[in-house]
Amino acid sequence: MAAKSKNGAARASSFRERRYSNTSVWTGRIVVFVLLVGLWELLSGRAFNSFWLSKPSLIAGRIGEMLGDGDLWFHMSATLQEAIGGLAIGMIGGTLLGIALAFSGIFEKWIYPYMMALYSLPRVSLAPLFIVWFGIGQSSKIMMVVAMVIFVAFYNAFEGIRNIDKDLMDMMDTYKAKWTHKLRWVVLPSITVWILTSVRLNIGMALIGSVIAELVGSNRGLGYYISYSSNMLDTTGIFTGLVLIMVIAVVLEQLVLLLERWLLKYR
Amino acid sequence: MANDKQPKLSIQDLAVAYQSKGRRTVALEGVNLAVKDGEFVSVVGPSGCGKSTLLKVVAGLLQPAAGAAYIDGEPVNGVPDQVGMVFQNDALLPWKTVAQNVRLPLAIKGLPDKAQEQEADRLLKMVGLDGFAGFYPKQLSGGMRKRVALARTFAYDPDIYLMDEPFGPLDAQTRVKIGEEFLQMWDAVGKSVLFITHDIEEAIALSDRVIVMSARPGRIKAEFDVRLARPRPFYDIRFDPLFKELQKEIWAQMSDEHAGGVS
Repeated sequence: MAAKSKNGAARASSFRERRYSNTSVWTGRIVVFVLLVGLWELLSGRAFNSFWLSKPSLIAGRIGEMLGDGDLWFHMSATLQEAIGGLAIGMIGGTLLGIALAFSGIFEKWIYPYMMALYSLPRVSLAPLFIVWFGIGQSSKIMMVVAMVIFVAFYNAFEGIRNIDKDLMDMMDTYKAKWTHKLRWVVLPSITVWILTSVRLNIGMALIGSVIAELVGSNRGLGYYISYSSNMLDTTGIFTGLVLIMVIAVVLEQLVLLLERWLLKYR
Repeated sequence: MANDKQPKLSIQDLAVAYQSKGRRTVALEGVNLAVKDGEFVSVVGPSGCGKSTLLKVVAGLLQPAAGAAYIDGEPVNGVPDQVGMVFQNDALLPWKTVAQNVRLPLAIKGLPDKAQEQEADRLLKMVGLDGFAGFYPKQLSGGMRKRVALARTFAYDPDIYLMDEPFGPLDAQTRVKIGEEFLQMWDAVGKSVLFITHDIEEAIALSDRVIVMSARPGRIKAEFDVRLARPRPFYDIRFDPLFKELQKEIWAQMSDEHAGGVS
């Protein structure tokens, strides 16, 4: 970002400085989409048996069907609730933990290696355990999502605080600012970039968590729909579930981007 | 002030040591210095001589190994009420507008919104930035950001201004311009200043007294009274014979230092 302000618009061809018009970006994106989906549609049933890979038209038809009988919202809302609920709890918890630990002095040195050890655990394998602990309902899925997202939230908040400009903290000290002032005016704004990054990374993690937990044991949600379809050897159903998960991820990501643009407008 | 005898700021037998990678580095040793109320004192010296360390001790941001700084006779312990610091890199909050940055010390003091606004308006006018209140620091030039930082410190209205190479990062032209403006503003408030710089001309043009420091460990090497009438023209004063004389003497002290450092 330093280079950006120095060189301004004069050297627009340097790294990451190139500007493309909106139309050329979107035309390209649509062409890639049409190409890939078109190939899938064309080859399915000709180059290979559509039983294995289904077909975009079949998937679209299934989505229409599910819209009609209310299945779509029934499953999607469950997964959304779990993913967003868990994401919120995990982000808040992880961020607070990161802030607390970064300011805890020697305590940080004691705890940090264990946080990293827990982080390296394949948390997906905890799904069966959570179902034993919290039952087959949504709370076990939310806990799974929390376990998936809390570490990235923690780590980003922690690193963000270590990267706070020390002069800004000194400056606040010389004006005799209380810690509440420092938190509101320096700490939180400084780590906003880091928190937003962790939210974006965690959208995918949250969906993985909720869907995995649903696959292991549930009676509702897109994960359940996928596992049910696979038991029926219904590949169209499996792909429909996957497409819906993707749609959720893209929409959530765009929402976070909007939030980011608003919060970081000072840059 | 009734007690003109007592210096505003006094530093006695100050020593500061850093502990890094298991090695102890003495940054300052045996530093004695007094700044009178309303006096402008500059400290010049080669980089790494502990000039900035000196300021941090006075600001209460750094604990000395020996000796102490006293403000109005009280030893500095924690950040004292009377000091305001201007940082080399401005230390503006990038996510706050110009006006919000200037209001910061007033908001910390808990002034009512209305008073904060009026004071910020007045100060922005004083530093020639009315009309930029709603801008973010990123949108300003280096010189304008410096003006915001100065306005913020004036808003705090401290008894002692601690300035850590405040005009260092500016280009030569802007530096002279801001220096001149600052000198005028200072003439108006008449508070004590401890000014750190490596620019001899800047030090002489601004100060009542120039202190020369030696490098590692930092000690006070020489002291020069600047007997140039005030108010001074910040730039034209450079052509005064007295100025030239001082410049020569201070330079001799500093270059002597460099020769000594090698042997």
